[in-house]
Amino acid sequence: MYKLSSVTQTYERRGQIVTALDNADLTIPDNDFIAIVGPSGSGKTTLLSVLGGMLAPSTGDVMLDGQSLYDLSVEERTALRGQKIGFVFQSFNLISWLTARENVQIPLMLSGKTAKQQEERAMEMLDRVGLSDRTDHRPSEMSQGQQQRVALARTLANDPQIILADEPTGNLDSETRQQVMNYLNEFHQDGRTIVMVTHDADTAAFAHRTIRLVAGVTHEVSMARAA
Amino acid sequence: MKLRHMIWKELWQRPTPMLTSLLAVTLGVTALVAIQNITVFSERKIAGDMESLGANVLVLPPSVTLQDYYGADMHGHTMPEEYVTRLALARLPGVENLAPKLCVEADVDTIPVTLTGILPKSEFQAKASWQGLGMLGNAVGSDRGCCATAADTGEADNDPNSLATTRTIAELGDRDVILGRDLASQLGAKTGDTLPLLGEDFTVLTVLPSTGTIDDGRMFAHLHSVQDLSGAGPVVNVIEIMACCEDAAGGLITNLSAELPETRIVTIAQVVQTQIAVNGLMSRLSWVFLSILLLVGGASIASVMYANVTERRKEIGTLMAIGASRNFVTQMFLGKAAILGLAGGAAGFIVGTIVAAVLGPQLLGIHVRPMPMLLGVGMASATIVAVVASLLPARRAAGLDPCLVFNE
Repeated sequence: MYKLSSVTQTYERRGQIVTALDNADLTIPDNDFIAIVGPSGSGKTTLLSVLGGMLAPSTGDVMLDGQSLYDLSVEERTALRGQKIGFVFQSFNLISWLTARENVQIPLMLSGKTAKQQEERAMEMLDRVGLSDRTDHRPSEMSQGQQQRVALARTLANDPQIILADEPTGNLDSETRQQVMNYLNEFHQDGRTIVMVTHDADTAAFAHRTIRLVAGVTHEVSMARAA
Repeated sequence: MKLRHMIWKELWQRPTPMLTSLLAVTLGVTALVAIQNITVFSERKIAGDMESLGANVLVLPPSVTLQDYYGADMHGHTMPEEYVTRLALARLPGVENLAPKLCVEADVDTIPVTLTGILPKSEFQAKASWQGLGMLGNAVGSDRGCCATAADTGEADNDPNSLATTRTIAELGDRDVILGRDLASQLGAKTGDTLPLLGEDFTVLTVLPSTGTIDDGRMFAHLHSVQDLSGAGPVVNVIEIMACCEDAAGGLITNLSAELPETRIVTIAQVVQTQIAVNGLMSRLSWVFLSILLLVGGASIASVMYANVTERRKEIGTLMAIGASRNFVTQMFLGKAAILGLAGGAAGFIVGTIVAAVLGPQLLGIHVRPMPMLLGVGMASATIVAVVASLLPARRAAGLDPCLVFNE
């Protein structure tokens, strides 16, 4: 479970202080599916970075499962990310010179799995997203939808408890968007917590809760159905 | 999949900058290997040449002025033979062989000849034994290892023809005589013939091969026979010394002068010093070339690595977001640098050896062979330079903010 208390994040840009998050309070229970919406520059990406343990807030506390995230060292946070948190990116962020299977193997390699364990798990995950026939293809040899599914397989590789998704359907057509959201919904039903940043209302509708960010301030918008 | 697998695959994704860096490192190591290889084999050849030349230090009576290196014993002045014993027993470092000579005029069947008395090495051993100094296994300390190339004082000296090249001979009987090529032709003599000389009959032991020097017109006999039959007594005209190049150019002359203050010591020091200086210069130059070219190679690698980090920012951010530590990212870049260094070092060794093998015979008339030690030196120096040049780029990569995966 995440618990953000009075989190403020400020930047200095050309001598001016910019407030990305302003005294934000947010609780995200386990197995929640939350959409974060808001205009550009409202602090959505900053919130995702803070939740991912990659950006220490200027003030405030970020607790994950009862542990203060930013009391951990950089290396400890990196290890925690590898174990508990998976990411889904708008532009997929696959390594272009590795095959689909090798891309899925990366988090497994980083967590110290043997080559055999890596291969078996990668094949299992690619099979789950319907790409068992594309394991040796490079990203450039696949469609956008297939690339995002490889990215989803990579996200699931280490069986993370939390998935942080940054505009996961932003680069996809409507049909593929539906497919990707079905997968995310499936992952949620497996018991995972999903935090998704999106501009798209239809995509946000898949979430159980929607938080609107305006000028760094969080507003609970709705308690929707879990799609 | 392992880290090295990722490094290897990434290398081949961007072959052009990789090959540019590799070329720069390879050139540096090539220069080192080629020059060092030629230098080492040049030194060996010079050492061999000096050995073939024979004596490179002469001990003369004090009043003698040297006009001809090969005719150093034809001045008529003498000094006691006892000097030879003193030198032999002094065991000066750098002295490989001694060759005392006494030169007298004689006739063979009314034909005037120059008769040179020489002392075979067996005489030195006899003297040492007689004086209770049995440590001289070889006549004059050739086992002391002062030369870069050990002097050949072994079996080859048992051949009387070795006199033509090494200026010494192992055994020589009291009534044996050795003829120079030109004199043998003039006398019409051959091996096994008997010649009347100074009232005695001498047997021709051998006819020396042509040397192109004044020795071709000489006749050689045992020093003591020449001394006795000519009535000269226990004296010599010159003591020729085969000395190590390094010592002949260094402190040996001082030591000889101290041992025999009543003589004049002459050396071809200038020749020796020039040869050694050229070798030293080449050796130092090779390190200068290596340093300059490796600096260029290092700068090239640093530049390529910086570009690589910039180009891969999003990739690095993604890796860090999904669990790659800073240490992993650093290793990714330093591993790449190490591969470039090792490959550049190995390639430089191969190319440098080929260059040396081609240029050695053409430039210096020497034949070179691969020197495995240079493979280690080349690979180590290239790897160190590549890794050091990549430290800052790797540090920059490891310090990237993983949040950039969201911002871009």
